[in-house]
Amino acid sequence: MSGGVDSSVAAAILADELGRANVVGATLKLWGGSSDSGCCSVADVDDARRVADQLGLVHHVFNFADDFEARVVAPYVHGHAEGRTPNPCIECNRHLKFDRLLDRAMALGFDAVATGHHARRAVTTDGRFRLRRGADDLKDQSYVLSMLGQDQLARCSFPVGDLTKAEVRAQAARLGLRTADKPDSQDVCFIRSDEGRRGFLGDRLPLHPGRLVDHETGADLGPVDDLELVTVGQRRGMGHGTDGRRRYVTSVDLTARRVRVGPPEAANAPGVGLHTVTWVDEVWPDGAAAIAQCSAHGVPVGCELVRDGDGLAVRFDEAQRRIAPGQTVALYDPARPELVIGSGIVR
Amino acid sequence: MRAYLDHAATTPMRSEAVAAMLPFLTDRFGNPSGGHGAARDARTALDDAREVVAAALAVDPGDVVFTSGGTEADNLAVFGALGAGDRPIGTIVCTAMEHHAVLNACRAASIHFGLDLREVPSDAAGVVDLDRLAEACTAEVSLVSVMAVNNEIGTIQPLDEVAALVHAQSPDAVVHTDGVQVVPWLDPAKQCQAADLTAISAHKFGGTKGVGALIARSGVPLAPLLHGGGQERERRSGTPDVAGIVAMAEALRLTGDQRAETVARVAALRDRLLDGLIDQVDGAVATAEGSATVAGIAHLRVPGVESEALLVLLDQAGVAASAGASCSSGAVEPSHVLLAMGLTREEAASGIRFSLGHATTAEEIDLALAAVPEAVSQLRN
Repeated sequence: MSGGVDSSVAAAILADELGRANVVGATLKLWGGSSDSGCCSVADVDDARRVADQLGLVHHVFNFADDFEARVVAPYVHGHAEGRTPNPCIECNRHLKFDRLLDRAMALGFDAVATGHHARRAVTTDGRFRLRRGADDLKDQSYVLSMLGQDQLARCSFPVGDLTKAEVRAQAARLGLRTADKPDSQDVCFIRSDEGRRGFLGDRLPLHPGRLVDHETGADLGPVDDLELVTVGQRRGMGHGTDGRRRYVTSVDLTARRVRVGPPEAANAPGVGLHTVTWVDEVWPDGAAAIAQCSAHGVPVGCELVRDGDGLAVRFDEAQRRIAPGQTVALYDPARPELVIGSGIVR
Repeated sequence: MRAYLDHAATTPMRSEAVAAMLPFLTDRFGNPSGGHGAARDARTALDDAREVVAAALAVDPGDVVFTSGGTEADNLAVFGALGAGDRPIGTIVCTAMEHHAVLNACRAASIHFGLDLREVPSDAAGVVDLDRLAEACTAEVSLVSVMAVNNEIGTIQPLDEVAALVHAQSPDAVVHTDGVQVVPWLDPAKQCQAADLTAISAHKFGGTKGVGALIARSGVPLAPLLHGGGQERERRSGTPDVAGIVAMAEALRLTGDQRAETVARVAALRDRLLDGLIDQVDGAVATAEGSATVAGIAHLRVPGVESEALLVLLDQAGVAASAGASCSSGAVEPSHVLLAMGLTREEAASGIRFSLGHATTAEEIDLALAAVPEAVSQLRN
């Protein structure tokens, strides 16, 4: 229970279905630093606890701050120092909510962990688990859960996945939950909106100036600040080419302190290589057609899966905007495009 | 059946203390600062209570400053001692295992007054390291704060030696002690006699929450934290909580009268609990092994088990215990006391405290002795 409306309603649904005595609320304290948009401010914990009280549920706060720092925040900072842009929500789901918390729940004798994610879990007739997009297209969170496998899916549940956000809010209002009108959380939970990514990362690693160069000729195009904050595919702050068209980042070389930029067509790539590949169930074969989604609310695009050593390459049907290393690509089934089949992290 | 084994966090009120305070919540509601009969009645009750507290601490009644609890008493000690008078002030010294009421007050005072703060570590047995304290206590030190009994692991600190060392090396220093965990188990007049300032808190010995006192032995000037009508001889303004203070005095008196008998009985229960757990739980170790501890606290570490999870299972089994310190969100933070003893964060996360009270029964200990090994075995599987 993050203190938001989705997990509040998820708790209410479960309490109703399973009985209050069989459900406990848990809030994770993940971040010790200052935060205003995240799920671990004292005010958010208060909201979670008061909703649990109202529902008649025992509520616990689990302090996973050490693991969050080691598994999410530190890799986020190190990633930027090495030219990657990790997705902290996915790493938090992978290492905290669907690993550490699952372990804790099992150790305490519970059967499953439920969250307020907008996604759906389905079970096949032969007992395999499927991960489906949430019922609300605009709020679907299957992307940030795309790294789940059978082991996790067997022990988790998403009670609001069948509802639209409006239905979730309506239900919260009907139950008189204090979180009914609470705004959705935005952005990275451990970065304050007033400091931004630059303020957060600037306090934790040296930001270097560099040079912009033409992606083909290597010609010097002028200076650029804060190389570690520049991401592949970025347009903002890259100026215009001699033809007046916007320029896009095609690659960032932190060692040489160079940012390659080019016109819109150079910003696209025919495919992308992935590591840390996960599958919801069976491994999809080399050459299989799939659908790729490259950001939380990105447009799903057709692609072909190509085996690439330990990893996987995705060849898009049409060239797509380049994706920064460290970002996650979620893969879906082309025959049933609401089903997640796997995920990987961009090399 | 439930076992409440978190008395170091708070105790149930003694029924005699409840009875003593009730008239002051109803008929005898006067403000002791007034001049009429109702006020005089309250004033008399306050003076009587002050004499009881003074007698228990072996000080003059005028040395007793009633506060809103231990935290305010500790803050008044630190800021009040440093802020009083016009003498030059220097470094602050405290132990790294102080309660946060002292530790964070010292840190804030160090910033407020622009003074150095030296936090002295504990030895591996949970007792202040006197060699390191001796290094810290230089001539310019103005305040030394060393707790009388550690609230997490129960170790009794050598206050007499501390005070002698401070007086020899830091002649201008005021010695403060957080005596909040002393009253149920040790005679505060003896254990805290060497300190210039002593903080106590009523709800740790059967009084109400929100009431405590700072004992300022004669001659120690204190600047007030709260400014107003000049109550408590200009040291703590605000209308005193007469009912709560009356209850504290009654609880303090009863605790003192029964202490010898309580300590003997509870120490036997505590030993049975601690020895039993160490015997039954593979790898469990007593944190304060080899140190003198108060009778009511059993602290142990269970390697490979996170106390945060253990506490949930014990709660389900009806056993209330605790670990570390709770932060404002309710999460358990790794204990700074265990870290000050040189333990790793992982070791600190495996610490758990059972704290007994004067009314703890053998049945409660039996319940804990059954529940803890079972919970540990569930978590280890």
